[in-house]
Amino acid sequence: MTARQRADRRAGLAFVAPAVLVLAGLSLYPGLWVLWLSLQQRIPIFGIARFVGIDHYAFLASDPRMWNAVRVTLVFTVASVALELVLGLTAALALQRQRLGRRIAVALLLLAWALPSVVTAKLFEWLYHPSAGLVNVLLGGRTLNWLGDPGLALAGLIAADVWRTMPFVALLCYARLLTIPGEVYEAARVDGAGRLATLTSITLPLLRPVLLIALLFRTLDALRAFDLMFVLTGGGPAGTTETLTVYAYRSLFQTLQLGFGSAIGVVSFMLVMLVAAAYLGVLRRAGATA
Amino acid sequence: MKARARVWDVAVLLLLAVWAGPFFWQVRTSFTPDAELLATQRVLPASPTTIHYRAVAERSVMPRALGNSLAVAALTTLVALALGLPAAYAIARLPVPGKALLLLVIVASTAFPQIATVSPLYLLMRGLGLRDTWTALVLANTSFALPLLIWLLAGFIREVPIELEEAAFLDGAGRLGVLARVIVPLVAPGVASAALLTFLASWNEFLFAYTFTATEASRTVPVALALFPGVFEVPWGDIAAASILASLPPIIIVVGLQRWLVQGLTAGALKD
Repeated sequence: MTARQRADRRAGLAFVAPAVLVLAGLSLYPGLWVLWLSLQQRIPIFGIARFVGIDHYAFLASDPRMWNAVRVTLVFTVASVALELVLGLTAALALQRQRLGRRIAVALLLLAWALPSVVTAKLFEWLYHPSAGLVNVLLGGRTLNWLGDPGLALAGLIAADVWRTMPFVALLCYARLLTIPGEVYEAARVDGAGRLATLTSITLPLLRPVLLIALLFRTLDALRAFDLMFVLTGGGPAGTTETLTVYAYRSLFQTLQLGFGSAIGVVSFMLVMLVAAAYLGVLRRAGATA
Repeated sequence: MKARARVWDVAVLLLLAVWAGPFFWQVRTSFTPDAELLATQRVLPASPTTIHYRAVAERSVMPRALGNSLAVAALTTLVALALGLPAAYAIARLPVPGKALLLLVIVASTAFPQIATVSPLYLLMRGLGLRDTWTALVLANTSFALPLLIWLLAGFIREVPIELEEAAFLDGAGRLGVLARVIVPLVAPGVASAALLTFLASWNEFLFAYTFTATEASRTVPVALALFPGVFEVPWGDIAAASILASLPPIIIVVGLQRWLVQGLTAGALKD
């Protein structure tokens, strides 16, 4: 090992050390601590702190509220991610043919994505207002109680999430479309390929890797989503929009059961990691065959 | 043919404007007097007013919250850059022991749900006496912004031709000198886009801010908006004005710094 290599090794360690220490202290350590917390009965206001083993998990396994939260989380995730991908892809394809005003188009597209999700929640709360909300007005003066009706609230929540996150998918696809050279389309035209054939045999295959990545990012985000439902519906009405994250938060900080709430947080964590691992397996196989 | 292309351009712009419609409707509401709020059949209010903005500026915690949010987002961005730039450079260029494991941890931690770490972090902040301070929020926000920042910056740094660094070494510069005087100027657009994304993420963050703050001393904009008080009925006009104010920095970033932002947003996903 030369002096230069030794110096580089030392520099490398010194350069990553501060970031690693911060991540270890603020991500890894809490990530392990939450496992420990989830094995305890911790109710600070009564001064209760004792080890209960896997009691919380055993309770959750047969807790109807828990299974409802799992179902709501999965329905929310599948529905909003599917809609986001279809609409985002459509928007990107529409933008691809755009010649004038591209900057304005992208700004309009990104607007919904850039807003804080609490702002989105307030926007939609007003749009869904039973008597003065724009949604009911546009539906011909109905008085549907979008956020108060157990049959409508989840759909209303999903619509707000799709509004907020479709632009992210659209932008990723659009950026990929811009890198496809014009000659590819020119060649397809010379070969007599129609618009539909060009789309299905050139554009979509080229977009596949980006779509898979968008799918991964969006699915993980949807599984973890919290702000929008917490502010828009608070999990209600009758628990129809209560995701795992909202159930965890309410247990942690509204009924102040730190141990029990942590156990729900751990379940949410496991779900995210499971889905991430499954996707990475699919991505790897897709990469191997592509 | 030309005319058809023009029609397409206008149609796409109109559709995107409709998509952004919920925001524009909130802008309209923020200038609508209370008496007219139910008159939804008009596109614009008959007698527009700034009364809601005055109410928010003079009688709400929003001005204070805007200051808190600006400070927390700016400090988070600075701290994350100070930690992330050297780490990204080391990952891109230097022999770090256990680099593969480190990369795995960084990627995995971008997928950590905040809801899982919020309870230990809450106990940690309370134990350190940091509840209701900017410091708690800067630390917590840095923890979730840092992995993505390192990932993005390492990608940008890898693209710098290594010969440029060699020239600086021959002039006797150390690694830190190379990073500061060669790398950072060359990847400045990348640094800017990563910094903007970090600022935006911190500005929009709600869960940690809602949990670790207790008073207006540290409450950020999303928390102030979520807790916006109504006495007898919901003050829709005031809420609309407050949410427009909360949206201004993100809008400035998206409209004014679009090129840089888009570069950062797509760099991570397209280079696989």
